[in-house]
Amino acid sequence: MTAVAAGTNRIDPYLIPALDGVAYGLLVFVAASGLVFCFGVANILNLAHGLLYAIGGYTAAALLDGGWASLALALAVGVLAAAAAGVLLAGLLTPVATGNHLSQALLTFGVALAGGSLLVAGFGPDNPQVQVPAALEGSVMVAGHRYAAYRLVFIVVAAVLAAALYLVVRRTRAGMLVRAAVDDPEMVACLGVSPARIRAGVLAAAGALAGAAGVLGAPIIGPGTGTADTVLLLSLVVVVLGGLGSMAGTLLAALAIGEIQTLGVALLPSAAPFLLFAAMAAVLAVRARGLAGRWRSA
Amino acid sequence: MRGEVIRRVRGGIAALVLVGLVVAPWVVDDYTTSILARTLALALVGVSVALLTGVAGMPTLGQTAPYAAGAYACAVVGSRVSDVGVVQLVVAAAAGALLAALTVPLVVHARGVIVLMITLAIGELVVIVLGRWRSVTGGTDGLAGIPAVRPFWGLPALASDQARYLYALAVVATLVGAVLVLLRTRAGLVLRAGRDDEMRLRASGHRVALHLSGAHIAAGAVAGAAGSLLVVAQQYISPADFGFDTSALLLLGVVIGGTASVGGALVGAALVIAVRDWLFGVLPGHAPLVLGALFVATVYLLPTGVNRARGRLRPPNAPAHQSDQPAAPDQTNVAELHR
Repeated sequence: MTAVAAGTNRIDPYLIPALDGVAYGLLVFVAASGLVFCFGVANILNLAHGLLYAIGGYTAAALLDGGWASLALALAVGVLAAAAAGVLLAGLLTPVATGNHLSQALLTFGVALAGGSLLVAGFGPDNPQVQVPAALEGSVMVAGHRYAAYRLVFIVVAAVLAAALYLVVRRTRAGMLVRAAVDDPEMVACLGVSPARIRAGVLAAAGALAGAAGVLGAPIIGPGTGTADTVLLLSLVVVVLGGLGSMAGTLLAALAIGEIQTLGVALLPSAAPFLLFAAMAAVLAVRARGLAGRWRSA
Repeated sequence: MRGEVIRRVRGGIAALVLVGLVVAPWVVDDYTTSILARTLALALVGVSVALLTGVAGMPTLGQTAPYAAGAYACAVVGSRVSDVGVVQLVVAAAAGALLAALTVPLVVHARGVIVLMITLAIGELVVIVLGRWRSVTGGTDGLAGIPAVRPFWGLPALASDQARYLYALAVVATLVGAVLVLLRTRAGLVLRAGRDDEMRLRASGHRVALHLSGAHIAAGAVAGAAGSLLVVAQQYISPADFGFDTSALLLLGVVIGGTASVGGALVGAALVIAVRDWLFGVLPGHAPLVLGALFVATVYLLPTGVNRARGRLRPPNAPAHQSDQPAAPDQTNVAELHR
């Protein structure tokens, strides 16, 4: 039986890691898009971005009890809490808004440090267990392999989220403002839109996205003491790889990272630690000048 | 006249501090001495951060990467090849410079907050590699039992904390002196001028990217040498020594010290590291919370110098976005270069 399966298709053993990579990549996309907004629109390197994800993750761990209602509740609470944290961060940033970027980044790091400590104090130092809804606990058959049902549903939900995000940025007035602020912040300010309001709005949106990713992604990148750092790093690499120009770039970068972290590890276990580095170096080497030009104008 | 007085007072304070550092190991206990030695290593990394952030205008959160490369190179050489300090220092500095040279293409075309982001990603990726590359780095357990160093061929090994501290102090003093001398040469002037007005320097035929690459590699070498001092001070290293919080602490120290000042970076970095060590000693559970609050408070209290002053000159409704240049376009360096 196994011989037949192996004989029919050489791609077969890598199907599950590849699918995992899609789930992982979409999760990273939702988390990183918040950081992209922060960075592209408000020009703030938000080192507390991982904290916003961790808030969502801990909310999921605390509220999920196996039912659908608890998932909806956790999603609402997680998104609201992380968005509120984003607004709080914007408030803290207001006094240094005219200062340099160094002090802004350092301030967000202070918030990340203090907030992480508060989360550990509130939820304990151990990595909490996350209970997915009972209906999704089992596994389904995908092309002859068992695959966790939650991850499959997550892929669909995250894809819907990504599509919704795209529509909001492309089609609504808020999205228009965001794109305008990336291109020419001075002009947007001249048009009468307060930079402070844009900053608060962007940080709230970033918080909401990170919070949603934290709740829904808790069974994939679970809450714990190292979560904030992991998510921040993955989001940073997404920004480096994808640039700030387009959401398609962000999505591609996130999917590439997902595949590197899963399929890459399955294919080349010994080279795994260097793969993210290599990807970053390759992308920047190929289009360093173009990317930098885009960034400098951003 | 006034500048002369200030210079003399500054020199006097520096001499006093140096004397204080030399006699310190006979005043405090062994544990504090070893902590001081480690703080010296971190202060040297702070100098490399100031070199990039303040002098070259490339704010960095990733100097822990060459620092880690130097430390691990020194640890591997120290336990397998040679226990001579000079050899270890050269190897560590070369490892730091090599890593910095490899990452030059990633950072040299970016400016401002984007450098901050890319360097942070580099630093974090290096920590991940250190944690997973078990055969060389010992994984998250780190490398322990590194034999005591002997400064030079034929000299005895440094067995006591005091001796190791004085070795670290001598190396830091030498390297800081070298950096200060280097900054007084034309190379330093060109770097500062590029920070202040890159376009003008470029227009007058200077290759700014080349200068920045040189500064990045030199800063990597300094950080790598600091890594070797960490190995001497602790005789044990693990990826936890090179985390993202260390980079942020060092950057805060450098900003406190005035960003472009080497002496300020030494003092600022040492101060911030000392506060962290003290906090983790007295408040084991809540140290990160207090440290985070201190970060926020310090940022509020910082006179962000010329940037803040410029912000005040603007009308109150002016946009908050400024250009990504970390320093004001102060033209004196550029003008001096053209004289």
